[in-house]
Amino acid sequence: MEATAVAAEPRINYLNNDYGWKSWLFTLDHKRIAILYLVSITVAFFIGGAYAGAVRLELLTPAGDFFHADTYNKLFTMHGVIMVFLVLIPSIPATLGNFLIPMMIGAKDLAFPRINLLSWYLYIAGAAFVLYAAVAGGFDTGWTFYPPYSSIYSNTHVIAAGIGIFIAGFSSILTGLNFIVTIHTMRAPGLTWYRLPLFVWAHYATSIVQILGTPVIAVTILALALERTLHIGIFDPKMGGDPVLFQHLFWFYSHPAVYIMVLPGMGVISELIANMTRKKIYGYKFVAFSSIAIAVFGFLVWGHHLFTSSQSVYAGMVFSVLSYIVALPSAVKVFNWTTTLYKGSMSYETPMLYAFGFLGLFVIGGMTGLFLAAMGLDIHLQDTYFVVAHFHYIMVGGTLMAYLGGLHYWWPKISGRLYPEGWGKLSALLVFVGFNLTFFPQFLLGYMGMPRRYHAYPADPVWQVLNVMSTAGASVLGVGYVLPMIYFVWSMRYGKKAASNPWPATGLEWMTLSPPPTTNFEVTPVVTTEAYDFAAIEEIRAAT
Amino acid sequence: MAESHAIHHHPALKHHFDNMEQQLEAGTIGMWVFLLTEIMFFGGLFLAYVIYRAVYPEGFAVASNTLDVRLGGFNTVVLILSSLTMAMAVYSAQTGNKKRLLLFLFLTLILGCVFLGVKVFEYRSKFEHHLFPAVGWYDWSHEPTHNPALASQARVFLWLYFAMTGLHALHMVVGAGMLVFLMFFAWRDKYSPEYHAPVELGGLYWHFVDIVWIFLFPLLYLLGFHLGKH
Repeated sequence: MEATAVAAEPRINYLNNDYGWKSWLFTLDHKRIAILYLVSITVAFFIGGAYAGAVRLELLTPAGDFFHADTYNKLFTMHGVIMVFLVLIPSIPATLGNFLIPMMIGAKDLAFPRINLLSWYLYIAGAAFVLYAAVAGGFDTGWTFYPPYSSIYSNTHVIAAGIGIFIAGFSSILTGLNFIVTIHTMRAPGLTWYRLPLFVWAHYATSIVQILGTPVIAVTILALALERTLHIGIFDPKMGGDPVLFQHLFWFYSHPAVYIMVLPGMGVISELIANMTRKKIYGYKFVAFSSIAIAVFGFLVWGHHLFTSSQSVYAGMVFSVLSYIVALPSAVKVFNWTTTLYKGSMSYETPMLYAFGFLGLFVIGGMTGLFLAAMGLDIHLQDTYFVVAHFHYIMVGGTLMAYLGGLHYWWPKISGRLYPEGWGKLSALLVFVGFNLTFFPQFLLGYMGMPRRYHAYPADPVWQVLNVMSTAGASVLGVGYVLPMIYFVWSMRYGKKAASNPWPATGLEWMTLSPPPTTNFEVTPVVTTEAYDFAAIEEIRAAT
Repeated sequence: MAESHAIHHHPALKHHFDNMEQQLEAGTIGMWVFLLTEIMFFGGLFLAYVIYRAVYPEGFAVASNTLDVRLGGFNTVVLILSSLTMAMAVYSAQTGNKKRLLLFLFLTLILGCVFLGVKVFEYRSKFEHHLFPAVGWYDWSHEPTHNPALASQARVFLWLYFAMTGLHALHMVVGAGMLVFLMFFAWRDKYSPEYHAPVELGGLYWHFVDIVWIFLFPLLYLLGFHLGKH
């Protein structure tokens, strides 16, 4: 990375054009709203992480000695709800997507700046309800809220948590709506669909899932709230209702929600791999359309969560086959990224290390997903730690690795400063080692039959060793996550000033200053080349 | 860029759009995408309706027969008329006729309120007959002509009726608020033939809410019509 000297003259940019809390809380600038999201998601992430720490602490020993069973139920529930609805779903779209999509397409802002700000306020309102429920005594239904436990038997703060998720859902819908409209109507002259960075394609696919899936979870939670308060029997078999209907409706959103989490991560990885190998992505159109294919097929696989829930065998067979099919576009991406690496001029800075981490962990997460999509094997693995390990490999190993990689990669653009490279590499290493140490033993535990969601387990020496490894890994992982937060904050004051294109990379966001002016571009850019055209970048650099 | 400075910008053009066409296109696509999310939102309840109706055909028919087809039919006519007045309001905005724009927005609002008034009347009668499906209120035995064995099936229909029409009524209330908003800005001369996107987008929303009712009416009211008045 080059630390080109920047003129000492203070330049007006989106960060220093105005000061004071009002200039942040009432801002309509997509870049400032992205920062608001970044801060709030980071807070939510450390709260959710604290709950995970408590869960791992309890599992250090076989006996249930730190927490009561009821307390433990609340801990893993609040960990799941906070991490899924308040961290992973908004993570990349609401921060990096919000910041970068208008810049990548050469626009001054998203199509609806006020709706963008509204979506952040909805997120905060939803988070407030969830945190109220957590502080007031917690809720213990698991993040899946299955009735009849959530509707009749649980006497914890289910309604408040449900309201929080309902409201946060509309935040997600509005972000998706804004992205779709922006990408359709606000591209710079010459920026055709096939010249868009793959990050934008991935976010377009994500937005489709957000706008079609999220309303379904909203109406499902509404029905659950009616059931719990008025007891009208929607999901109660004694009154003619059907609890499995809840599972169908819940997973109709919550399976595609996994793609809301991982598709933007794939978009980040495409940018990182192309720009850090200085090569055009191999098979651009395949990677672009595989995002759309994942979004479409992702809606047709929810039944693989119901193999053991009274779903008919024939329905299960169809869902099983469809789940295998959705693995194909994901594999297309991995093969194309790998092929892009071949003969690329690679550099091994922090974002690239995170991208490598993503590749390995995502492949393991995806392949173990196929185990679970196989009907016979799933009977054995359903509700074991194998499932827990699988989805953490996708959500944490995939999405969070990409999120951190992306934050490092675009940090010079966002803050105008360079992060310390050595510390960055150390954090990437700690996260990779810590992650595998935490979650790989859980595959083995699950395969040996350890069920999820219990605070105690049999005093088998092998089980305990694996659990101790997992808890030790979680500690390393925690350090790996705290480090970037510290040095990012540090770099805002003490980091070296970044040039407008420090990597150097392709993409319109690098053609403007770091940090960008409020209107992003002083002159609307005109696009004349394909995405990832490194020859053109070299020409520009040679000319200046 | 130099060229665009010379062109006179419409005062309603937001800074981040290049021109009014782009702004209108963005607003229109945005509203259609929003309506798509609304379809999915109602879709969950329509799915529940389809499943439970297939499982409990008898209970659904007798419970549907407790609804008043005349009131439902009247409300259907009211809503179709309101769609007409809304379309006339959009036309008046396009042609820049402020008086007629205000008149038609007002008529649409009145028709919407009539619909909601009838709905309140219908809900009250359900409460009085103990047909609200919550525990403690629901009592099918007050329906003397109907088979007591169907009480639980009928309850499933009734919660679907309340959930679906209740959600629809909520959208009507939001629509009424939107009409007041549009009337206020129309009265303040905000809209012109060059700029009337809010009226057009409001019209899209209003028509959507009407169409939902067009589906709800036969599914809920006409299902037990053949059983005759009880």
